[in-house]
Parts: sequence; C-alpha cells; structure tokens
Amino acid sequence: MSTVTTAVPRRQRAASRRAAAGYLFVAPFLVVFVAMLVVPLAYAGYLSLFREQLIGGTTFAGLDNYTRALSDDRLLGGVARVGAFFAIQVPLMLALALFFALALDSGALWLSRVLRLGIFVPYAVPSVVAALMWGYLYGPDFGPIAQLFDKVGWAAPNLLGSDLMLGSLANVVTWEFTGYNMIILYAALRAIPTELYEAAAVDGAGAWRIAWSIKIPALRPALLLTLIFSVIGSFQLFNEPQLLQRLAPNVIDSAYTPNLYAYSLAFTSQDVNYAAAVSFLLGAVIVAVSYTVQLAANRRRS
Amino acid sequence: MRTPRLRLTRALAVGVAAGLVLAGCGGGSDDSSGGTSSSVSQADIDKAMQTPTELTFWSWVPNIDKEIALFEKKYPAINVKLVNAGQGEPQYTKLRTALKAGSGAPDVVQIEFQYIPTFTITGDLLDLRPYGAEALKDQFVDWTWGQVTGTNGEVWAIPQDTGPMGMLYRQDIFDKYGIKPPTTWDEFAAAARTLHAADPNVYLTNLASNQNGAWMGLLWQAGARPFKTNGDQISISVNDETSKKLGAYWGGLAKEGVISTDADFTDQWYQGLNRGKYATWLTAAWGPVFLSTSAKDTSGKWRAAPLPQWTAGAQEAGNWGGSTSAVVKTTKNPIAAAKFAEFLNTDPESTMLFATEQFLFPATKTVLSNPTFSDQKPAFYGGQQVNQIFAGISDTVATDFQWPPFLDQTVNDWDETVGKSLADKTDTVAALDQWQQRITTYAKNQGFKVE
Repeated sequence: MSTVTTAVPRRQRAASRRAAAGYLFVAPFLVVFVAMLVVPLAYAGYLSLFREQLIGGTTFAGLDNYTRALSDDRLLGGVARVGAFFAIQVPLMLALALFFALALDSGALWLSRVLRLGIFVPYAVPSVVAALMWGYLYGPDFGPIAQLFDKVGWAAPNLLGSDLMLGSLANVVTWEFTGYNMIILYAALRAIPTELYEAAAVDGAGAWRIAWSIKIPALRPALLLTLIFSVIGSFQLFNEPQLLQRLAPNVIDSAYTPNLYAYSLAFTSQDVNYAAAVSFLLGAVIVAVSYTVQLAANRRRS
Repeated sequence: MRTPRLRLTRALAVGVAAGLVLAGCGGGSDDSSGGTSSSVSQADIDKAMQTPTELTFWSWVPNIDKEIALFEKKYPAINVKLVNAGQGEPQYTKLRTALKAGSGAPDVVQIEFQYIPTFTITGDLLDLRPYGAEALKDQFVDWTWGQVTGTNGEVWAIPQDTGPMGMLYRQDIFDKYGIKPPTTWDEFAAAARTLHAADPNVYLTNLASNQNGAWMGLLWQAGARPFKTNGDQISISVNDETSKKLGAYWGGLAKEGVISTDADFTDQWYQGLNRGKYATWLTAAWGPVFLSTSAKDTSGKWRAAPLPQWTAGAQEAGNWGGSTSAVVKTTKNPIAAAKFAEFLNTDPESTMLFATEQFLFPATKTVLSNPTFSDQKPAFYGGQQVNQIFAGISDTVATDFQWPPFLDQTVNDWDETVGKSLADKTDTVAALDQWQQRITTYAKNQGFKVE
C-alpha cells in the first residue's frame, strides 16, 4: 500500500510538469492568437452593440445594428452577388485544378515540372498586381483584348461594363488560385499508396478508371479543404473589386461585395459600429455556408 | 474626392505630373467651439517662437521642405518634421485614426477646403483667431477666406492654393470644325452637337462620371448652395431647381452621346487627352500645368478661357480644388503651429515659391498680381498668359459656397447616383433625387436635424 500512496503524487507531479511544458510550447502561438485575433474580435463585437453619431455621440444600441443589417438591401445585394460568384467561379476553378493535378500526376506530361510551376506562379503574384495587370488587359479603348477584337473587326466586349464585370472578376480569381488548389490536390495524389494502383492494374483497370475510382475518391478530403477555402475566399472578395473599382467606378459601387461595403461603412461613412455588425454577420454567413458544405460532403461519404 | 485623388496619385507615380496638387474646395461651417477668442499676447508668441520646439506637419505637396526651410531659417528654435501621410483621402483616414487613438496626430496638417467642415464637426481643428489669424484676411482672395471661416467667425485654416474653374480647349480642333470658343452653356451644347456630328471620334468635353469635384464646381458656378450647416441643423438641397437645371443639361448631353463621361485620371482618360478625343477640359486653375505635363504631345494646341456662362455676359465661376494648412486641436504647441501655418501661406518668399516651384495656384492677392507669376507665357498654350486668365476667374468665384460636414459620404453617394446616371446615360435629374435622399438619410442617421 505504501508504494501506491507514494506513487500517485509522483505521477501527478510528472503530469503537471508535462502540462506546464505543453503550455509553454503553445504560449507563443496563444499570445499572438489572443492579442491579434480574440481581442480584436471581441472588441469588434463590443463595438457592434453601440451607435456613434456625429451629433449626439455614442449610445448603446443593443442589436439595432444587426436588425438594420438584415434589412439592408445593399448588404443583401452584395451577399447575393458573392453567392452567385461562388456558385459559378468555384466549381470551374476546382475542376480546372483537379484536371491539372490529375494530368500532372499521370506522368504522361512532358516538362511536367515546368508546367507545374507555370500553373502555380500566378498564386505567387500579389493579388494587387494581378488585379492591376488584368485591369490593363481589360481596358475598353486601349487594352490588348479590345485592340485584338478591333484588328479582327469585331466589336470589343466591354469587359469592365456592368454585364461582364462579375465574369471578369471570376477570371482574375480563377487565374490566381487555380495553381494553389492544384498544388493541394497534387500533394494529396502523391500521398496515395502505390499498392492501390498495383492492385487496380492487376484487376485490369486503365488510366481513366484508376483516376475515376481511386484517385478522385482519395482526393475527397483535399477537395473538401479547397472547397472550404474557396467559400471563405469568395465571400470575402475584396482586393480585386477594390482595385478594378478605380477603372470602373460606376460599375463597382461601394457595396459590390459585403467586404467592400464594410470597408466603405467604416472609412467613408465613419460608421464603425455598423461596419462591425456587418462584418460579424458576414462571418456568420461564411460559417453557415462552410458548415453546410462540410455536412453535405460528409453525408455523401456515409 | 476620394477616388480622383487616388487616380491622381497614380498619375504622379507614373511620372506624368511633377508638382501638381489636385484638391477640392471647401466651406466653413461648424458648431461653435467656445465663445469669443482671447488673444495670445505678442510676448507669449515671441517666447514660444524662441523655445526649442518640434512640430509635426503632414502634407503631400512635393518638395514642400523648401518652404519649411524658409520657416526654420527665420525661427531656428523650431524644428518641423515633415510627414507625407498620403494624398487626400488616405491621409484623412490616417488623421482620423490618430485622433481617435488620441496619439500620433500631427500639429499642422494639409486639408483641402471641402474637407474642413468634415473635421470641424468633430471638433478636431483649432480656431486660429487667438493667434492673430483674423488680421490675415485681406491678404487672401475673398472667397478663399470664406471657405476657411466657420459660422461663428472661427478661422479654421490658412488657405494655401486654389482651383477656380475655367475651360481649356483645343484651338486646332475648334479651327478645323469652325467652332468659336463658347461663352454660354447654350453655345457649348450647340458646339458639342456640331463637333460630334462632324467627327464621331471627338467629343467637345469629357464630364467625368467619377468626378464629384468638378460637379460641385459647376454647381457653385450655377449659383446652387446645396449645403448649409448650423450646429446640428443642416439643410440639404442637391436637387433644387438650379441643380436640376445642371442635371438636365449634362444628363441630356451625355444621353445624346455628344459628350463623353470617361472616368478621369485613368489611363484611358490620359490617352483621350493626348489623342484628341476631348476638345475641351473643364478644369481648375491647377489644370493648365497638370495638362502640360500629362499631354505633352499636344503642346501649343491648347488655349484657356473662362467657363461658359448660364447668362450671356455674366462672369461667374466655381472652384474645384485647393488646400489649406490647419492646426490640429490636440497640438501641444498651438502658438508655434499656428505661426507655422501662417508663415507657410503668407510669407512672400514662401508663397511665391509655391507658385513657381510646385505650380500651386495662389490664394494670396500679392502673388496673383505679381508679374513674375501672371505674365508667364507658356508655349504649351501658344504663349497665352494663362495665369492671368485664371487670376481673373478667381475674382468671380462666389464667396458663400458651403460644404457638408460629411464630405466622404456625399461624394460616395454622388458617384453611385448622379455619376452612375451620366455613365449609364440614364435619367440624371432622377438621380439627383436619389442623391438627395441618400444624403438626407445619412444625415438623419448621424443625428442631424435635417430641414
């Protein structure tokens, strides 16, 4: 008995020492996480409950900002717009990324390293530079695309006009992020055990069959990951429209995307409180959509 | 004026314009910040100017360190630290952030005329009357002083440069199609139709659909006084009869397609100026130098004239652009700061340098009438004395135009209603109603009593 009674405290001491070491290891992350994310988030939440006016100062507003946001046509319009953007652009981009990943993985490509790098390079270009570059290419009078149409003798489409703007933005975003998604998928493909391929080959499966029955199912978790990244990216669309706004100020207004709207509310309208509420609601929308996507994917798997 | 400034910044970066400051205009209006001003004695001023002091000054005027050097030479005890915190809107955003945070704000700051009420409504500027600013009034063109004066006579800033509006036109294009420089807006509209019919690739002018500054200047000229603020009372009438006259006129020409509405300070717009797409540019007094550096290929072909008038024979103008130096209320050295703002914009050497080094259009009567300035004959304008023309225009700018105490919002709403209607060739008069409604809603939300 005596051995047991002495053993327990010793084990506890060891455990608590280990725990302390664990906390020490996560401390750098935790400090930054709390200071840079939790505190600002809590502060924004706090701000969203107030209302500051040029005349009358700050008053407690409860959930007024949230109810106002829920019936704000400009915000809802922006959410609908990025929703449409998500529904069209993301499947296209992921299909392209999947196609490139499979093509590279098949080993049938010549110069596959160069191609892999080439497809990935746009991701390394800062999105600001990308938007400026595409803005130049889209230019309605003197842009290369317009001039090309001009040479052939066709009427150039106004790529910065209100009809085509969303498509033009989708093109920029696709160009930027296809390579990034491709790399994630390609890495996942490389992790598939080769025994599976051997077994499939023994069963008489060809390259297409292997791609369809082995590679794509194995990619599901990676695809889900890229999909969730894309949900977040689409709903937070900001840089590209913000930069193209200068070229087409009457097409992209201050509420074109919810993020642009929140920015404009905070810095143009000086309505930081309402901007905070809008941002929180946008966060809620993103969580809801991400969760739905995940749920749908899991249900299909089971 | 947010977006145009960004564009101009880009233009400057590209290297088309060396020393140009595009700015707006501004009105003085604010709730009072205390009663009568008690003057600071000369002894206090002398003492402050001999005490070693560091002032922080935010400005985006290129090479303004030359003017600062003049000040530091006269007052060796005072050291001015210059910060370029961005041009226009980006600087205002930083200023607001610093003021909210309670630290990091400058002592003296460059503010465009039209933004003064936006900063006085929040009580962030220092009334300069106790530091002898009222005595400076006579040195400045009347309307510029009106722009920096508050409703209770406060002096919120010292004018630095201005932008009375005129018309720059292509003499060669006018000659080719037999068009005489229009002196009334009726003639202008007729010329627009004639010219576009003669050559569909040329437009008489480009009224930029993103340029609220020009619109406000034209409103100013037409006699509209859309904003009046008194404490928490504000009257907004951007859709009154005069405004609608302007809306119908420009909206009509845009709809007909005889003027263009390209966004200004963009690549497309620069190309348009260089390649003769626009036969006139309705611009401000800072325009001539700006144009001569950004459309070099067209040298010698341009001329300047006053804006066309609504009534034949009248002489009315509006203003688009110009800046001031204001003292931030949180300064710990109000005397030195106020005297610096004063020196920069009234010292003969400093003001002349602004006109000849940075090509700012002067706000003081002395420089405007100085032959070194007014007798210049730039070859870009075929030797025409352009400065003299604009100096004359400056005298015809009405003195009582006021700006709203939330300019950013007003401009943003204009872009999305009136500007959009010009670009889309839809009903501009109806868009004025939308503009009115959006500003009114905003003002009410901000707690103003809207009349």
